[in-house]
Amino acid sequence: MLTVEGLRSRYGRIEVLHGIDLQVNSGEIVTVVGANGAGKTTLLRCISGIQPVSGGSIMFRGEMLSNVPAFRRIRRGLSQSPEGRQIFTNLTVEENLRLGAYVFDDERVDRDMQDAFAMFPILKEKRNLPAGGLSGGQQQMLAIARALMGRPSCLLLDEPSMGLAPILVAQIFEVVKSLKALDVTVLLVEQNAFGALSIADRGYVMETGRIAFSGSAAELIADPRVREAYLGI
Amino acid sequence: MTELLQFLLSGITVGAVYALVALGFTIIYNASDVVNFAQGEFVMLGGMITVFAYKAGLPIPVAALFAILLTAAIGVAFNRVAIETARGAPVVSLIIITIGASIFIQGVAQVVFGKELHRLPSFSGDDPIRILEATILPQSFWVIGGAMVVFVGLWLFFTRTLLGRAVLATSNNRVAAQLVGINTGFVMTLSFGLSAGIGALAGVLITPITLTSYQVGIALALKGFAGAMLGGMGNPKGALIGGLMLGLLESVTAGYLSSQYKDAVAFVVILAVLFAMPQGLFGRKATERV
Repeated sequence: MLTVEGLRSRYGRIEVLHGIDLQVNSGEIVTVVGANGAGKTTLLRCISGIQPVSGGSIMFRGEMLSNVPAFRRIRRGLSQSPEGRQIFTNLTVEENLRLGAYVFDDERVDRDMQDAFAMFPILKEKRNLPAGGLSGGQQQMLAIARALMGRPSCLLLDEPSMGLAPILVAQIFEVVKSLKALDVTVLLVEQNAFGALSIADRGYVMETGRIAFSGSAAELIADPRVREAYLGI
Repeated sequence: MTELLQFLLSGITVGAVYALVALGFTIIYNASDVVNFAQGEFVMLGGMITVFAYKAGLPIPVAALFAILLTAAIGVAFNRVAIETARGAPVVSLIIITIGASIFIQGVAQVVFGKELHRLPSFSGDDPIRILEATILPQSFWVIGGAMVVFVGLWLFFTRTLLGRAVLATSNNRVAAQLVGINTGFVMTLSFGLSAGIGALAGVLITPITLTSYQVGIALALKGFAGAMLGGMGNPKGALIGGLMLGLLESVTAGYLSSQYKDAVAFVVILAVLFAMPQGLFGRKATERV
C-alpha cells in the first residue's frame, strides 16, 4: 500500500533522513520506533507532504506522491494525526471533527462523526467547547478522531502516547489496535517502543536518520538489541 | 433632544465607515493573524478608481464594480508578492510589511491620481432626509446599509460555511489545516481578495460624503483598527459594534465637548475598555492547555 524508497530529507543544510526504505502492506499496523531525534516525525511529515523531500520516492496505492501537495493527499486516503496533536484550539471539538472531513460533503460525514463520538464518548460530551480547553489525553483523542474523519485507508499516527498518563496510553493503543477491524492500515511512530510493538504486526527501528533493522513485532520485542536500547530490559 | 439625535445620526454614519474598515481587517486577521495596515489603502483605491472610471465615462455602478474587482486583484497580488514570499516570518514582520505596502500604495496613488481631492456624486441625490428635527444624507443610508450587508455576509461566512471555518483553521494551525486537506494558499488568496474588495466597497460608499485623496487611507485604517480592537479583533460582530461605537463616541464628543477632543475621548474610552477586557468586547478568549 505504502512504499518508501531511499527517502532523504533535510532541514536547511542538515540532512536528517539518509535514505529510508519502508513498506506498509494493506491491513497492517506497522510501527517505527526509535529514540528522540531519530527522524521518525520527519519521516511521517514527508509522507503526508508537509516536509520537503530531497531524494528518494514515496509510492502510495500505486501512485508517486512527489508532485501531490499535502492538502491533496487526504483525498488519496492518507490522513495524519500529527505530533503534538495540532488540533484547532480556538474552534470547538465538533468543528475540529467537521474540518477533519473538510474535503467531503455528503451524508457520511455525520455518520463518521457519530462513530467518532461512539469511539470517544468524552468528545461528544465536550462537542461544543473550544478544543484548546481539552486535557492532553482528550486532545489526543480528538487528533485521532479528526484524522479518522478524513476516511483514511492509511492512517499516519505520530507519537499518540506522548505526554499521557499510563492509563490513557493503554486506552489510546487499544483504539489503534481496534482500527484494524475498520480496515484502516496504520503507520505508527512511537518512542514508547514496547507499547507500539505490542499492538503492531511489524516494526522498524530507526536510528539517526536510518532504518537500523526491522522485523515482525514479535521478533523485535525478543531482539536483544531492541530490548537493551528501547525497552529498558 | 434634536441636537442629540443629530449627533447620533452623524455618529452612526461615521461609525458605519469605521465598521466597514474594521470588517475588512477581520478576514485577513482570521486567516493569518496579520493586522493588515494596508487595509486603509484598499479603501482609498476603491474610491479613487471609481472616481476615475466614472470620469472616463462609465456609469457609477459599473465604475464601482470595476473598482472593487480591481482592488481585490491588487489585494491578491499584494499577498502573492509581499506576504506569501515572506511566509514563515513572524507575524510582527508581516505586519511591518503591510505598513510598507501601505506607504508604497500611497506613493503610487499620489503619482497616478494626483494630490488633489476628488469627488464623486451621491448615489441617490443630495437632499437631506428629515428624521424628527434632525437630518441625514441619503448617502449615509448607503454607507450604513453597506456595513450591515457586509457584516451579515461575513458572519454567515465564518459561522455557517465550511470554507469560513477553514479560514479560521488556517490561522489557528496552518500545518494541521493542510493535513485535513485545506488548500491554505487558496485561503490566503481568498482572504486578501475579500478584504480588499470590502475595503474598496467602503471607499466607494463614503467618497460622495468625505471626498477622497491619495492619503485618506492611513487615518481610516487607524480608526478601523481601533474599532476592531474595541469590538474584539477577528470577530465580525465586534468589528461592526466597535466601529459604530467609535463613530458615536466621536460624534457625541465633537458635539457636546469640542471636535478637537473627539479623537482623544474616543481613544480614552477604548483604552479603558481594553484595560478591563483585553480581548475586546466580543473577542474570543484564548483557552489553551498543553
